[in-house]
Parts: sequence; C-alpha cells; structure tokens
Amino acid sequence: MSNVIAIIMDGVAYGMLLFLSAVGLSVTLGLMRFINLAHGAFAMGGGYLAVVLVDAGLPFLLSLPIVFLAIGAAGIAIERAGIRHLYRRTALEQVLFSIGLALALGALANLVFGPQQQAIQIPSLLSGRVTVLGLEIARYRLFLIGMGAATAITLVCLFEYTLFGARIRAAVDNRRAAEGIGIQVERLFAVTFGLGAGLAGLGGALSVEMLGLDPAFALKYLTILLMVVAIGGAGSIAGSLQAALVLGTVDALFKYFLPEAGGFVIFGLLVAVLLVRPSGLRGRAA
Amino acid sequence: MTLLKDSGLAVGPGMRLPISGATTLLFAALIASGFLFPNHFALATQILVLMIFALSYDLLQGHAGIVSLGHAVFLGLGAYSSAILARAGLTDPLLGLAVGAAVPALIALVLSPIVVRGNDFTRLLVTLGVASLVYEAANRLRDLTGGADGLSDFEVAPLLGLFAFDFEGRTGFIYALATFFLVYLALWRVTNSPFGMALRGIRENARRMPAIGSPVARHLAVAYLLSGAVAGIAGALLAQTSRFASLDMLGFERSAEIVMVVTLGGNGHLAGVGIGAAAFGVVKDALSTVSPRYWQLGLGIVLMASVFLARGGIGGIIERLSRRRQP
Amino acid sequence: MTAALATSDLSIRFGAFEAVRQVSLAIRPGARHALIGPNGAGKTTLVNALTGSLKPTAGRIMLAGEDATHLSEAQRVHKGLVRTFQINQLFANLSVLDNVWLAVLERNRRTGIFWRSARADRAALDEARACLEFVHLLPLADQLVATLPYGSRRLLEIALAMAARPSVLVLDEPAAGVPAADSEAIFERIHALPDSLTLVFIEHDMRLVFRFAERITVLVAGQVLTEGTPADIAANPQVREVYLGRRGAHA
Repeated sequence: MSNVIAIIMDGVAYGMLLFLSAVGLSVTLGLMRFINLAHGAFAMGGGYLAVVLVDAGLPFLLSLPIVFLAIGAAGIAIERAGIRHLYRRTALEQVLFSIGLALALGALANLVFGPQQQAIQIPSLLSGRVTVLGLEIARYRLFLIGMGAATAITLVCLFEYTLFGARIRAAVDNRRAAEGIGIQVERLFAVTFGLGAGLAGLGGALSVEMLGLDPAFALKYLTILLMVVAIGGAGSIAGSLQAALVLGTVDALFKYFLPEAGGFVIFGLLVAVLLVRPSGLRGRAA
Repeated sequence: MTLLKDSGLAVGPGMRLPISGATTLLFAALIASGFLFPNHFALATQILVLMIFALSYDLLQGHAGIVSLGHAVFLGLGAYSSAILARAGLTDPLLGLAVGAAVPALIALVLSPIVVRGNDFTRLLVTLGVASLVYEAANRLRDLTGGADGLSDFEVAPLLGLFAFDFEGRTGFIYALATFFLVYLALWRVTNSPFGMALRGIRENARRMPAIGSPVARHLAVAYLLSGAVAGIAGALLAQTSRFASLDMLGFERSAEIVMVVTLGGNGHLAGVGIGAAAFGVVKDALSTVSPRYWQLGLGIVLMASVFLARGGIGGIIERLSRRRQP
Repeated sequence: MTAALATSDLSIRFGAFEAVRQVSLAIRPGARHALIGPNGAGKTTLVNALTGSLKPTAGRIMLAGEDATHLSEAQRVHKGLVRTFQINQLFANLSVLDNVWLAVLERNRRTGIFWRSARADRAALDEARACLEFVHLLPLADQLVATLPYGSRRLLEIALAMAARPSVLVLDEPAAGVPAADSEAIFERIHALPDSLTLVFIEHDMRLVFRFAERITVLVAGQVLTEGTPADIAANPQVREVYLGRRGAHA
C-alpha cells in the first residue's frame, strides 16, 4: 500500500513537471493560435542553464528564478524576432518554423555540451527522504509537488483576478474587440509567450534531477507535452494541470505495474480522448 | 493556375503524358546518375526511395492539405511487411512490394476516421500519437520485428525471376528507378483526375465543398489511404534493396524530415517535390557524414528561414520560371 | 400537395441563446419564397440548419416529404437542396470554368475516380459551360476567380449552385454588397431560373422582395412573426412596426 502511494507521489511529481513545461504551450495555442513544437526546447534550455549556473557555484534554489527570467527573456526575444510574424500563417508554416527552431537548438546544445547526459547538484535540503505520516517520500518529489502547486495557484490568480489576466482572457475571446477597447494585444502576446517560455525553462531546470537532460530532450518530451495540451484543452490552466497530473500518475502506475504496456496506455488514452472530445476535456475549440 | 496544366505532351485525343520541362530534366538526371556514379548505386537507390516517400506525402500534405507528423509509420510498415514476408520464404520482390503497399493501406483505412476529422492541431497530435504507438508496438514485438536490432536475415529473389540483386546494387537501382517512374506517373494521374480536382477544391475552400455535394471526409480518407500505400511501396523498396528493416524507418525523425522535404520541394508540385527530395538526399549524405550536428543545425536554420523566404519551395520557383518563359 | 421544403418546430440554440425558435415553414414546389427580417433575426442560422451545415437543437426538416433532418449537407445537395452563400464561398485560385466544372463532377459523383484523367469527361465540361452561359460568365471562363469583379463573383455563386441541379435553391442574400444596378442584373438572372425550381431567398432590399417574391415569411428574434403574400405583408401593421415604417429602405 505504501508502495502504491510512493508511486502515485512519483507520478504526481512527474505530472507537476509536465504541467510547468506544458502550461505555456497551452496558453500560446489558446491565445495566439500558435502551434509551438519548439516549446520543449525552452525546457531544455532551462535545464542546461541551471546545470551551468550550479556548476559555476550558484546555489540550486537561487538558479531557479534566474533560469525563469533568462528563458522568459529569450522567449520574448524569439517571439519578437520570428514567431509574431507567424500568428496568421498556416499550421504547416508554424510547424516548420518551430520544428526548425527545435532542431537548431538541439544541435546547438549538442555542439556546446556534447551528447552525454547532464547531472545537477541539488542541495542536501532537497535530497534524501522524509517520513510523512509513516510514509517515506523523497524530498525532491515533495519539493516538485509544492512548486507545481504554487505555480498553478499563482497562475490561476494571475489569470482570474488581475488586469493582466482579464486582458488575456479578453484577447482569447475576441482579439478584435480587445484591440478595439485599447488592449495592446501585440505586447500582451509577447509577455504571455515569455511567461510560458520562462515556466518551461523552470520546468526543465527542475526536470534534470528526475528525468535527466541531453540534446534530444526537446523532442523526446514534445509528444507528452502536446498530449497535456490536447487532453487539457488549449488555453486552460486548470485543464493543463489536471491533464498533466492524470498523465503523470497513469504513466507512473503503468510503468511500475504493467511495464509491458509501456507507452501504449498513454498514447491510447490520447487517441481515445481525441475521439470523444476533439477539443480536449475542458477546452474550447482550438 | 488552372486545374489542369496544359504543360503535358498530347498523345492522341484525351491523353496526355506529364512531360513538362522540369519533369523531363528530373527523369533524365535520374537515368544519367546511374551512368555517372556507378559506384554510388546504394546511395542513389536510397535517394529514389526518399523521392517516392516524398511523393506519397505530397499527396497528403500538398494535395489533400493534411499535415501529418507520423507519415513514416507507413514507410516502416511497408519495410517490415516485405521483410517479414521474405523471412517467411515469400521472397519475390514484386509480391513484397504489393504486400508492402497493402498493409499500410489497410492501417490507413482503419486510422482515417480519426485523422480526417478534427482541425490541424488535433491531426498533428493524432498522427504523432499513433506514430508513437506504432513505434512502441514495433519495439515490443521482438519476435516479429527484431526489436531494436531490426530485421536483416532475409533473402530477396531475383527481380522477375531474371535479375539477381547484385552486390554493387545495380539491379536495386534500376528496380527503384522503374518503381519511381511508375509511382510518379500514377500520382500525376491521380492529381489530375476528378478526385484530384476535388482535393484542390477542398484545399481552396473546404467550406464550399459540402455545399456542392462533396463527400469531403471520404475524399480525404481516400487520399490518406493512397498516400499510405505509396509510402509503403517506398518502405518495401528500402527494405528489399538494403536487406534491412529497422525501427528508425518509422521514427519521428523520418516523419519530420518528410514534412520538410515536401515543403521545401513545393507543396502539391510533383516535379518540385521530386527534385527537392533528390537534392535533400544528396546534401544530407554529403553533410551528415562530415558532421551530423552541423547538419542538424543548418537544417533547422534553413527550415526557419524557408518559412519567410522560400514560400512555394522549389516547385514555386519552377512555376515562376516557366510562367516567365511563356507569358 | 407535398411541400418542396418544410420544417416543423425547428429550434437552434447556442448555449443560452435561442437563435431560431420553433419555426414551422412549408414551401410549395415552384415557389418564389422570401425570408425577411431585421438583422439578427436568425435568417442565416435558419438557412444553415435547412441545408445541413448546422445541427438543429430540436424539430424536423422535410425535403419533398422525406425526413432530411439527419442527412449531411452533402447528402441534402444530392437530394436536390442547394444553397448559395451571403459571403462568397468560391475556389479563388481556380478558373471560373473549373469552379463550376468541379461542382458538376461532384453532382455526377465522379470525384471518386482517381485513375482516369478529368479531361476525359467532356460532357461535364460542356455542362459547366452551359451553367456559365446562363449567368453570362462564359466570356470570363478562363479567368481566375480571384481576379473577377465582385458582382461577377455573386453570379458565379449562383452558377455553382445551379451546377448541382437543385430542385430547391436557397439563396442567402444573393445581391449582398452589390450596387443597386448590379443587384437588378442578379435578380433578373434569378427570375430567369426555371419555374419548376423552388426558390427560397433572403433579401434586405424590400423593393426586390416585393417584386420577385410570391410569398414572404417575416422572421423576428428567431420566430416567425407572420407569413403571407406581398400584399398581406405590406398591409401588416406588426411588420410595419418591426421595420419602423422604413419600408423600402435597407432594414
């Protein structure tokens, strides 16, 4: 029994990583109608940056906000330089550009860091296990769950209760009307894109310890990030969280109890959901 | 652009052969390549396979307007089907080609209801999800597919019972070349048939099509099926000429690569796609042996730039050139 | 006599908003039937449901006495129910002739054929030319639709619909956006359509409605306000009220 709970905790922690990395993808798809297959590359970039910072002697916990800001800024720069020109282009052109970006960034990582797996030094505060209510749980998993939950709450508050959030919701609903009432949609898009990229970077930095990091990271996790968006529905924060947690937990449970089923269950789940609800469980039509 | 270009050669009433300038050049270059580079039959054969695969995907993306991130599934299924058939003792290459086309067509038929419905994003996801599923399956079914090692312990009987597949790959090259010509002509016919017209209509205005009585979903399903069958032919050819079928033939990288090849070649332009695939194959072979990392970096940058610079791809350039010549 | 097209208690709801409320219509064969009403009355929504691009929330649609409620849009076209669009829905990068030709091939159910050249079907080409001749567009047959003047595109909308050989033709504001002189020309062509064809049309210009319609249904806020001959409608005080006495002007 305690075994099952430990596995579920593992799945939830994994789900939180998926949520952090995918929520920006969901918002860019819902808000800007942009299919960003390079989103996983932001997570990868965050991972490498964290590795570099920690190697340089910076404490892990201090590296996290720096990663968030740096990858966020990089996201804004890429949005301004390239992606903003593609909002009104076809899905195919968006796919080509973002696959190209993902390939180039993966190759760049390979050139700079080599093809090997990276490791990161996490502080002793976060390593080892802790006993909660008689259950032994890895501290880092608890930390991930806490980070994910805090981010989810912050994002929901940001979107539901602030002027920024109201503007985004207005622009998602009707871009032209939002522009008509003086919302600077262009700037809003850039900031939102940066926020999503920064969160993916944060997710990537947190992933190194649990999932490892190599130049193939961006494409390896692309499918499951897209699945989070597909199942959660484009543009929905709560949907992304639910989908990420369900996928993470289901994946962990099946990997443990039915390893032969492997990826089948997850991909089968995706196809089943899309058959029943083509716009996701909670989503509006993308 | 009219529906049917009159750049063909008339050979009797109602019959035309697709002999435009670009096509002639492409065909001549392919035949010449066999004489010019007799030591590179294996590479030339691989490039022909890539060209057939690209033509198959062009039918789906360029003509039917469906973007897929999992087209390599059909290439891989074709390769595995013919290899498994050969292992079972049925080594005739043409039989292998037929089965290599039939199996992917059947799978496409099963998948078409979920691929055809939905918007661009759900299509990307479904094709990607299905591709991951098939990849996992091929990886797990070791007894059938050889898992990560692939299949290489099979023979291929002489072509038509006459021409043995030689070590240099001459027979394989001629076999691939002949298959390419036939596929090219067949797809030219498909794209200029009433069905091909309907596909253009769907790309031009999908909203109008049902209002003129068009069974849009069925048209797209047929395009998906045909495209899957031709990709399977490319896969079977690849397995037979290289005596190898492996997981990477149905992997994501092959799928992503073919999206790029077709787009750079020019969506919906058969000659452009053929030339684009050939050029891609040559450049990839030259650069990726020098440095796969720089190749990937360069490819990524070219892709990003192509969205802004080379709209219409090579096919678009051919169109503009031929229009300038005959205003 | 069986109605060519009929609805019973047809309702269409979007969330809490009921765009069409329990509309029952019966349109006799060969009718020239106008649907009028102020903006937002639900006319286009009703047309979308009639022709099958929108699923009604409740109610039934009958085509020549047969239940068509569950037929797809394309199936209804093959049963003779064809529409045009208020906003042009043409194949912009194809020639004028190819637009109509494609529609003829779809009507003939020839578009499943992928192994024969399209050019081999001469009869379909001739029929497409005849459709273009009817709307006086034959001289422009080889031009790309994208280069066509707006008024000609409105006529091509009608030619595309005619290529499907309808028995009931639903015209959604056939002269929308066209200057008055051209809208006369468009309605002149509509008037020249065969008498056996049942015509339902939405139109805002009351002069045209009263000249060409034999029966008029007035739709207000998704409901049928009244139905009658042009004389009935002209005399109806409720209709006058809806149009604020601005009869003859754009409503």
